[in-house]
Amino acid sequence: MRLAIPLTITFVAGMIMILQFFVPATQSLGESLQEWYMIVASFAIFLGAMNLITVHVHKIRFRAKNWKYSPVTIAGFAAMVLTGLFMGIETGRPFDFMFTTMMVPMGATMFSLLAFFVASAAFRAFRASNWRATLLLASAFIVMLGRVPIGSMIWNRIPLVSEWIMQVPNLAGQRAVMIGAAMGMVATSLRMIFGIERSYLGGTD
Amino acid sequence: MMKTLVVLSLLLTAGGALAQGGEGLIECFTAQDAPNDAGGGIDLVWTLSLDAVPPDSIVLERKDGDGGWHSIAALAPLSGRKTDNELENGVEYSYRLVPYYGGIAQEPSAEVSAVPGKQWIHSGRVGMLVILTLICIIIMYFIEQGKRGKELFIRRIAGLTAVEDAVGRATEMGRPVLYIPGIMDMDDIQTIASMVILGRVAARTAEYGSPLVVPTCRSVVMSVAQEVVKASYIQAGRPDAFIKENISYLTDDQFGYAAGVDGIMVRERPAAIFMLGTFYAESLILAETGRSVGAIQIAGTAMPSQIPFFVAACDYTLIGEELFAASAYLSKEPKLLGSLRGQDVAKLFFMVVITLGVIAATVGEAWEPAARVAEFLRTITNVE
Repeated sequence: MRLAIPLTITFVAGMIMILQFFVPATQSLGESLQEWYMIVASFAIFLGAMNLITVHVHKIRFRAKNWKYSPVTIAGFAAMVLTGLFMGIETGRPFDFMFTTMMVPMGATMFSLLAFFVASAAFRAFRASNWRATLLLASAFIVMLGRVPIGSMIWNRIPLVSEWIMQVPNLAGQRAVMIGAAMGMVATSLRMIFGIERSYLGGTD
Repeated sequence: MMKTLVVLSLLLTAGGALAQGGEGLIECFTAQDAPNDAGGGIDLVWTLSLDAVPPDSIVLERKDGDGGWHSIAALAPLSGRKTDNELENGVEYSYRLVPYYGGIAQEPSAEVSAVPGKQWIHSGRVGMLVILTLICIIIMYFIEQGKRGKELFIRRIAGLTAVEDAVGRATEMGRPVLYIPGIMDMDDIQTIASMVILGRVAARTAEYGSPLVVPTCRSVVMSVAQEVVKASYIQAGRPDAFIKENISYLTDDQFGYAAGVDGIMVRERPAAIFMLGTFYAESLILAETGRSVGAIQIAGTAMPSQIPFFVAACDYTLIGEELFAASAYLSKEPKLLGSLRGQDVAKLFFMVVITLGVIAATVGEAWEPAARVAEFLRTITNVE
């Protein structure tokens, strides 16, 4: 019984979602399911917030390792929630001020780190240690050269070669990954819809 | 003198158009039930006469129940198409178009009618339905073969073989295992696959006694991850070792999450990091930080644009389908392995179809029957 109910719900929901893709007359059923999911997910936001508070209060209370970061997290969370709830989120309000002058720049900073990480990862990946890595290095060099003006200044066909690498071997590889992944998605969905995969419910019994 | 002639000519042209009205101006005005919908839609299509001056705008009118006309849309003169939605199925609706010149309504077009209804089969997806049914049959057949105990050869996947070693390493070093399930919600199939693998990894950490830390980007994922890990610990006979606080929610913000996970990596210095699920721009930020703390990293995603980053920064990478194969591979359950075999055979089927399509399209340039084969393959594999 512990497994039967979730398995039945999974089967019915899965079949409805497949059916609504092929049978337009049942699209409203699929839309209703998606709305239900949104409602459940909305309630889960409170669970997430509660978890955040609980975890950090627990850390402060028991002076856990690195507990000093927790008051900062709780203060930040409280500041955003309280200003948003009681003072509104319109432009010029404290919530909007904190969002545009703190949240957005911090997010942009994290994104900017990508440039340095790309450089370090590329340095490792492009070392010509064997013939495959050398091929990768040569391809990357041509592609990069083809995307900047100096490439066509060296030889006017470099942008064409660069485009060919991107549109033929690269795209073929990407499509192979996508077809394989699609097969995996179908197999995973079938395993779950028909209750063959049950580990996410806590076992195989 | 010249200016006067031009103005006169324009006036005459406009006058001709004005005199023409909707009947002469609008050609082929048709109304029909919108195809492949759940009902409630009528497609309206028209063309304008090439001989007439296009109107400034066209107003689409629908007849009310009492016989009067009311406007439902003002359209650009060359739009040529409009779908009227949210109608009642089985009721006949009548339409007409009224052209406007300089804000003055002209004679309306002829009246057209249609009855909206719902369709039971999406005509643009029949080919896909057939292919999907075929794939399902193949996969179910091999699952059945697996259940019957038939030996199935499954190729070795290095990244999955290393799971045991990674957890063992973390145990030996006395450091935690960090599991990152991607940044998408539970309605994403990669996150679902990740949760299934999390169950297997949690069973190993429970067995070896290593702490398992799972920071999540979505509240629903956090709830599911807590249940999955708890169930694995109970099944492994170690419910006491389950620490609910280790499976926590950080934030829904993409880079906020990346910053939070990077912080956990730097502070906790996990010995093994699993990054399995859907990742976007944060993939390399996480993988490079994980590498900098000296963790053994196993990553997996079906996002083609993120795979190169994981390959460059991680020790093992599950590419596309391998992410979905992980649960079956780790469990070694015959019926799950059977589905893997079915998945591979289905892929072989697609390889044959693609090869056939390429040959048919190439030969079809010179030989008509091959072109028809190519067209047929294109039709059945096309999804609207």
